[in-house]
Amino acid sequence: MTRPCTLHLSRIAGLAAAIVVLAGCGRPGVPKQETAASRNERAASPHLVVFAPPPLSEIPDDAFGAEVRHGEALFRNTLANAPQYVGNSLTCQSCHLDAGRLAGSAPMWAAWVSYPAYRSKDRRVDTFAARLQGCFRYSMNGKPPPLGSPVLVALEAYSYWMAKGAPTGALLAGARYPVLPRPAQGWNYARGKTVYEQHCALCHSPDGQGLLVDGKPWFPPVWGSRSYNWGAGMARLDLAAGFIKGNMPLGNGGSLTDQQAWDVAYYIDGHERPQDPRYLGSILATREAFHAGPFDTYGRSVDGRLLGAGTGTTGTTTGAHGKRATKPAGT
Amino acid sequence: MRSMLAFAVGLLLGVAAHAAVPLQASKVSVSEAGQLERDAQIELARQIVMHGSPQGAHSCATCHGEEGQGKTKAAFPHLAGLPAPYLIRQLRHFNQMARDNPSMQAIAHNLSESQIVALAAYFSRLVPPPVMGATVHPPALGEQLALHGSGAVPACVTCHGPGGRGLGGALSAAFPPIAGQPAVYLERQLVAWRNDKRPVGPDGLMGAVGKHLTVEQIRAVSLYFAAQPTLSNVPTAVVRP
Repeated sequence: MTRPCTLHLSRIAGLAAAIVVLAGCGRPGVPKQETAASRNERAASPHLVVFAPPPLSEIPDDAFGAEVRHGEALFRNTLANAPQYVGNSLTCQSCHLDAGRLAGSAPMWAAWVSYPAYRSKDRRVDTFAARLQGCFRYSMNGKPPPLGSPVLVALEAYSYWMAKGAPTGALLAGARYPVLPRPAQGWNYARGKTVYEQHCALCHSPDGQGLLVDGKPWFPPVWGSRSYNWGAGMARLDLAAGFIKGNMPLGNGGSLTDQQAWDVAYYIDGHERPQDPRYLGSILATREAFHAGPFDTYGRSVDGRLLGAGTGTTGTTTGAHGKRATKPAGT
Repeated sequence: MRSMLAFAVGLLLGVAAHAAVPLQASKVSVSEAGQLERDAQIELARQIVMHGSPQGAHSCATCHGEEGQGKTKAAFPHLAGLPAPYLIRQLRHFNQMARDNPSMQAIAHNLSESQIVALAAYFSRLVPPPVMGATVHPPALGEQLALHGSGAVPACVTCHGPGGRGLGGALSAAFPPIAGQPAVYLERQLVAWRNDKRPVGPDGLMGAVGKHLTVEQIRAVSLYFAAQPTLSNVPTAVVRP
């Protein structure tokens, strides 16, 4: 019985901190547990479908299962398994926790049933594979693996396997990141700096450059030349704040206030990072074309610095105003 | 590791400011003077470890062993090789009755701040004992949690380092090595966090982890880390880029 059940709920996305399976509609062997946060979400949102991915132990021992495991390995150790496509020190699970399984952390089982979809970012209908390419181009600051390449096939197999039984096109509880209301106090760099120093710097380092352990990306850099580039979703304040609120500090997501999440998102995205690969030759033109929204910091002045010069590590063109940063941050 | 030592030494030098010999008046170099002060602190700590403190603290060796090697059968953790900042923090928690253990609270209550710092420096310099042979083969669930976590619980090694041997440096006060500690000791700590009997650490991380884990998961992950070697031929390379 893997048929999901539809619930009567009224809030679109919330803090689905746990995988929720209600009595009578769960798959066998999946614990039926519900947290206060998910109870609130369910009480407040319309027609959300509750779904839980199968446990990893159910990956089949056959050729398809091998491809699923390849995808899981890519998810955890992206640089080691796809070095030709990765341009920074992030992994897939830097943004999609628990190897893309965790509700409220843009889980892959929810993404799988959401494509193809029109995306205003690309101004076209993207397939799931094209969406994965975007992750490599922007969040991984690398090169998109070609359609049908082993890396994309493995990631598609892994995502499909996790989503087996989820209804295509349904809005699943825990999809994407939590959506936070606009903050009453706006967002503020100095307040964000305080939040960062108190709750983030221990792991991500006071200079935002994270940690490498045995040569592997460990705690991800959150700005600078080895982080996501200006074209990534995480460079938007609303998405970053939602991710942070739901998932950080790692292991105790939901513990910051909404205001703290907005402020620290502004502090993090108030630092320079690799240039947007869609760079049009000037910060102004790039801002107008791709970063005109209320949640963008690209092309804005933050803490007295104009953001958008990039950190000089991407292959984008340098136009008249496209000065590359003089040095990689934090080195 | 280097910054950890520097931190401990810095604290020791701070304590040394009250010492009888004015540094500027002596003929020895600053580094030699520092070495002498360190030696004096280690000797002070050694006295407490072996014989207890004049103020009434019991000897550490009674339970934790003369070499800080612990006693697996009695679930007394090893202290040898644990980072000084972590040991200082724990002794302060016992001293302030914030960490729940009647024996350690009574002992730490009789320790001064300078004695705490000296003891932490002493144990941090000892070599951890080789891991005791695990009597129970750790269940696969323990390895799964340790290496990959589960849901909102991150992989233990994310903070406690590869093999649970710690990440050292600035992270060592918050994220100690846990490899090779007695399984029953590790289990008791997770249960203590679950029951709000131990300070939850930075950002409440271990409090949240303890409450997310089931009793079965706690047992499995404790058995896993109890069976992990305390030392590795290849030291963990931690780089702040």
